[in-house]
Amino acid sequence: MDIYSEKGKKRLIKRYTPKTKLFKTSILAFIFGGTICALGEALRILFVNLGLEDKLAVTLVSLSFVAIASVLTVIGLFDRIARHAGAGTLVPITGFSNSVTSEAMDSASEGYVLGVGSKIFTVAGPVLLYGTAAGVVYGIVYFIAKLIEGGAVR
Amino acid sequence: MNDITAILLAALGGGILCVIAQLLLDLTSLTPARILVGYVVLGVFLYAVGIYDPLFEIFGEGVSLPLIGFGAVIGRGVREAIIESGAIGIVTGGLTASAAGITVALLFGLLASLITKGKPKRL
Repeated sequence: MDIYSEKGKKRLIKRYTPKTKLFKTSILAFIFGGTICALGEALRILFVNLGLEDKLAVTLVSLSFVAIASVLTVIGLFDRIARHAGAGTLVPITGFSNSVTSEAMDSASEGYVLGVGSKIFTVAGPVLLYGTAAGVVYGIVYFIAKLIEGGAVR
Repeated sequence: MNDITAILLAALGGGILCVIAQLLLDLTSLTPARILVGYVVLGVFLYAVGIYDPLFEIFGEGVSLPLIGFGAVIGRGVREAIIESGAIGIVTGGLTASAAGITVALLFGLLASLITKGKPKRL
């Protein structure tokens, strides 16, 4: 590209200026993601105050958001929120749940075995595969480290 | 730590994790699916090196609700299963610990496909 021509200059300017959009999407991601996690924390505090064990409370918070995101996806509200929230709804477990539900809904017309049954894992599959694989790698390292450290694994 | 502080810290931690993902979406060619995979693997790694638990003490749901929390659940499951039952824990721990989240997500997805079948897709 000839950066000294008028056209080249304009293209350069265009290439390096969409920072206002970047700023806006980041702020929105922060607000939506932060709000979801704040609501999650409030729910966890509520569960603990109701007498639940802390570990169970954390699990139930995650399950609640999986359920909420799925319902919002069914009624069409999730996509509307996600359009503004971007990564703000993607990164919390709501994004995982939304992908599972929306893929399942969209593939119902393709049948329940190879349609829903396989498409439901379009995004969930990679997440589970690499999460599980990473867990196994960690497990092997941890197991060997324990062997070297103390003879028998406790 | 009082409740308000805990809630604000959760918002801060979760917000930062979402901004990082948003910047990756905007500035790189990474797809949402790749970012989710990256966050889960990062979660396993952060748990493995002992960083996740201190972060959880500070940010609570701010790190637990984002998908790195899912990775940390897998990591903790593997570790605890190995302590509990030895080498078999390497292959049982991860999915056992994450079973609840996976099962609920899949079940809701299946129900959603059953109740919305035939209806036009709403956006």
